[in-house]
Amino acid sequence: MAIRERLSGNEAVATAMKQINPDVVAAFPITPSTEVPQYFSTYVANGEVDTEFVAVESEHSAMSACIGAAAAGARVMTATSANGMGLMWEMLYIASADKLPIVMPLINRAMSGPLNIHNDHSDAMGARDSGWIQLFSEDNQEAYDNTIMAVRIGEHKDVRLPVMVCLDGFIISHSVENIELLETEKVRNFVGEPMAPFYLLDSENPVAMGPLDLPAHYFEHKREQAQSMFNAKTVIKEVFEEFEKLSGRKYSYFEEYKLDDAEMAIVVLGSTAGTAKTVVDDLRAQGLKVGLLKLRVFRPFPAAELAEALKHLKAVAVMDKAESFSAAGGPIFMDVRSALYDLEVRPKITSYIYGLGGRDVRTTDIEKVYNELKEVAATGVVTSPYNYLGVKE
Amino acid sequence: MATKKTTPSHLEEILWKDAAPGGVIYETGNAQKYKTGAWRSMKPIWNEEKCKHCMLCFPVCPDSSILVKDQKMTGIDYDHCKGCGVCVEVCPFKVFDYVVEE
Repeated sequence: MAIRERLSGNEAVATAMKQINPDVVAAFPITPSTEVPQYFSTYVANGEVDTEFVAVESEHSAMSACIGAAAAGARVMTATSANGMGLMWEMLYIASADKLPIVMPLINRAMSGPLNIHNDHSDAMGARDSGWIQLFSEDNQEAYDNTIMAVRIGEHKDVRLPVMVCLDGFIISHSVENIELLETEKVRNFVGEPMAPFYLLDSENPVAMGPLDLPAHYFEHKREQAQSMFNAKTVIKEVFEEFEKLSGRKYSYFEEYKLDDAEMAIVVLGSTAGTAKTVVDDLRAQGLKVGLLKLRVFRPFPAAELAEALKHLKAVAVMDKAESFSAAGGPIFMDVRSALYDLEVRPKITSYIYGLGGRDVRTTDIEKVYNELKEVAATGVVTSPYNYLGVKE
Repeated sequence: MATKKTTPSHLEEILWKDAAPGGVIYETGNAQKYKTGAWRSMKPIWNEEKCKHCMLCFPVCPDSSILVKDQKMTGIDYDHCKGCGVCVEVCPFKVFDYVVEE
């Protein structure tokens, strides 16, 4: 039977890490992710895990140590936020290019500057091209489940990519919620033993990793890496299905909430989905045909499946908790709009940047989006494609 | 110089589906297979009759291209010699001629 608990998001992630019992954790504290290595180092000190905990002097070193350990053949995890991930930047690309399935909870926080410690998605969105799989979590349960599934997804022989498990800083990381944990034995059986196809400590089959790679072969290696991301789509689906059998919790690339007969919908990820579902319920009670699509998997991007799920709508608003400064809408908006392009008949679409630097997102804010969508759906005209929700103006 | 260069083995067609993940090198100790002799613009010529086999050139060669057998120099490995001329400099007996690579 599942274990009923109440944990904060950071505790949930740390608990998943304890149950996974990775070989190496190398991490450096940064708000709001600090508690993850803090809790985990307690498990190490108490002998609850067999993990080698490496207390490093920076996040660049954290990711470097993770890369070294993963290359050696270890199962490796770390955690960080915002500027911590920023300091890892060059190493993020090396982890993915070297096909090292490191799992990293990213407790989403605004990238400075201006200096800010609160939640938005500017850290994760900035790293969307780094070759990491990116899973997003609406609540503590999803953060816990994603952390466990991430190991299997990343380590799959057809994938071999690092995975970011994203959860909203403070809103999720520091809020205590009810949660259902799996028994540790079940988690360990589910993740199994790490099976690297090649690794540095394999003295029978010595290899050299991360060599200089000039124009003759670099492109082929990047193409091979890209294939891993294509493959990840299939593997993610399989792992979700297997996890459902274990936990009873059903996951897919995205969650569709009252979307089937909806005429208008918002696309959102992370904790705001919870707030938005309440608004959907309220507006449904008033007779409005509204729905919601919550993205859970952002990289790889489920473009075809998204287009299929959204194609019947009259109007869609895409919510981005990051300003990518493209002057053409937020990052998720751009991907969703691109996904819809192949449809013969497409919904009208608008971009909303919201919640930057921890700005509260209230039900009234989400209602405003649906009200504006109502206008777009009725007229078939988008008068304001790029919007800022909740900014003082 | 350019006329003499041939395509080194590492530039052979490897299609992406056959590419090693992450560029991992499965076969270690393979530097010997990478023939760098084509990089030479200058070439040392060993004059055997003048050689005292003192072995001063052997340890300074950065490419392990001084060939030795039974404690005697036997020649130069031109597949890997880049023509740096360190052997020419170090030789107390002026054994080497140092000529333009043709």
